[in-house]
Amino acid sequence: MSAIAKSNAHSIVEASPRAKAIAGTIVILYAVISILPLLWIVATAFKSQSDAIAYPPKVFFQPTLEGYVNLFTMRTRQTPDFIAKLPPPTTWYDKLVRQHDMVIAGPSKVVPRFINSLIIGFGSTFLAVFLGTLAAYAFSRFRIPLADDLLFFILSTRMMPPVAVAIPIYLMYRQLNLTDTRLGMILLYTAVNVSLAVWLLKGFIDEIPREYEEAALVDGYTRLQALRKVVLPQAVTGIAATAIFCLIFSWNEYAFAVLLTSGEAQTMPPFIPFIIGEGGQDWPAVAAATTLFVMPIVLFTVLLRKHLLRGITFGAVRK
Amino acid sequence: MTTIIHPENAAIEGIGEPCKRRAGVAGKTWRARGLSDRAIAWLFVAPTIALLLAINIFPLIWMIRLSFTSLNLSMSYLPLRFVGLDNFQDILTDEDVWARLQTTAQFVICSVALQVVVGFGLALLINRQFRSHSFWTTIILLPMMLSPAVVGNFWTLLFQPQIGPFNYLVSLFTGLPPSSFSMTGEVALAPWTIVLVDTWMWAPYVMLICLAGLRSIPDYIYEAAEVDRASSWRQFWSITLPMTVPFLMLAVLFRAIENFKMFDMVNLLTSGGPGSTTELVSITLKRAAFEKWRTGYSSALAIILFVTVFGAANIYVKALKRVKQR
Repeated sequence: MSAIAKSNAHSIVEASPRAKAIAGTIVILYAVISILPLLWIVATAFKSQSDAIAYPPKVFFQPTLEGYVNLFTMRTRQTPDFIAKLPPPTTWYDKLVRQHDMVIAGPSKVVPRFINSLIIGFGSTFLAVFLGTLAAYAFSRFRIPLADDLLFFILSTRMMPPVAVAIPIYLMYRQLNLTDTRLGMILLYTAVNVSLAVWLLKGFIDEIPREYEEAALVDGYTRLQALRKVVLPQAVTGIAATAIFCLIFSWNEYAFAVLLTSGEAQTMPPFIPFIIGEGGQDWPAVAAATTLFVMPIVLFTVLLRKHLLRGITFGAVRK
Repeated sequence: MTTIIHPENAAIEGIGEPCKRRAGVAGKTWRARGLSDRAIAWLFVAPTIALLLAINIFPLIWMIRLSFTSLNLSMSYLPLRFVGLDNFQDILTDEDVWARLQTTAQFVICSVALQVVVGFGLALLINRQFRSHSFWTTIILLPMMLSPAVVGNFWTLLFQPQIGPFNYLVSLFTGLPPSSFSMTGEVALAPWTIVLVDTWMWAPYVMLICLAGLRSIPDYIYEAAEVDRASSWRQFWSITLPMTVPFLMLAVLFRAIENFKMFDMVNLLTSGGPGSTTELVSITLKRAAFEKWRTGYSSALAIILFVTVFGAANIYVKALKRVKQR
């Protein structure tokens, strides 16, 4: 008995402890090196202006929230005399800014840009997942003429270079007054995301046994009721994963955003590189914006781990 | 178990004829008020198709029309003049455009090749399943989830000759003064810089797909090879590699298409410079369309690029089909 158990164990295939240790060391080394740039940015966000541009680059420094304060405010430089005559600062950030002979003049544009990112991201995700679920269900369950061609057509729209797509969209949006509007960006991102949503969701819905629905149909449910009460609850993980992928795309997108928006509907990616202070990029503020911007993505990556493979291959590879 | 699903076959496994089934089983209860399956199918697919027609296809057709004109948006008071194939002729005989295409091809080939080496290597190592490998895998995957534009932007800080940590680290190891070279500002270095950052971002992508390939190889094949006393070198070449190739191919084609379209990361990292050493064709297109406002000309260039990508996509589908048939 024990001999059989032994032969079934994957002793031959499993790597030896030594091989494992070597593999582990190299991979961990790579992981640490590859995460360093990101950690450097997170650290830069807590540096003072002078620490951020110090030579040699500073690994240890006095942390400060200057970067974050600069990110969220507009400031004007004043003479020390002027500042001395002002009433004492009421908040910690007022105080921080005055140390550099500056006075807060108002909020910066980062919050509206962040809100744009949220509205456009969630709006286009909701629409793409809604449309994608319907289409994926139809492709999965019904015989649709030219289904393969339609599916390939849907996928091919995603393969166009974004700058090439932006040229006619720019002209069209100018005519329709959609340039630099959230609605325009939501529609555009929905169109890009819907191809991913259809392909991913079709895979997820294909995996739900038809018997469940058929049983529901026999029980007198209509198709739509069966979809809502049987299929959707089963597909909820797939829908959530798809939604996160769509959200990440919209959140990260730059080419369309920089070409088609300039103010009103501008999202974070085209905004971040242009956070400037006196004399060029305000690196601590840029780093602070990058940190805040990237954090949800890190969270999503961890949440999505199981479905990552599927998402990045349009459902072509699944586990 | 991992499977590659061929996109064309994926759709075929349909449910016979649901309409008939329904007529047979349904009876004439209140359910008869529900929509027919055929109606539902069209109702469900139509909005997606309509959106894609409106946002992708209609503009594309408009662009095809514009590509035969001399439209320049900075001089849009001029009447629209049709110039036939002049734009296409201008582009295809323009040495600069060919140079940009060559830059793009070099970037695609170098970055994808490097990503395959690094990604496949990492996948082989991770597949040995050392302790805590799944935690470190997630860490490695992070870069590819980030916004390419934001990545391009923060790497400019890391590459600053004086204050950037990259040059400082290089100087620690080589003794070169850190301000003696600029990764983004030198003709000899900049093309490698964009390859480096792209590899940092996307090697994990190749790794993830290769890992799926490696895990799809059943253990008994290795066990049989072991019985036959095949060396581990031999096992790699006759089992591991051939069985991972389909996955590798998928990764390569996805990456090649994406990198051919590359705009965001490079635009922020080098903006095509110094000179035009890293000016990928998407950046050329952006300049023609949104800086020089040569809409007719850039429409023609966009169409040429689109046809190229579409051709590559078709090769991709065919390659997958061949893989599927094995």
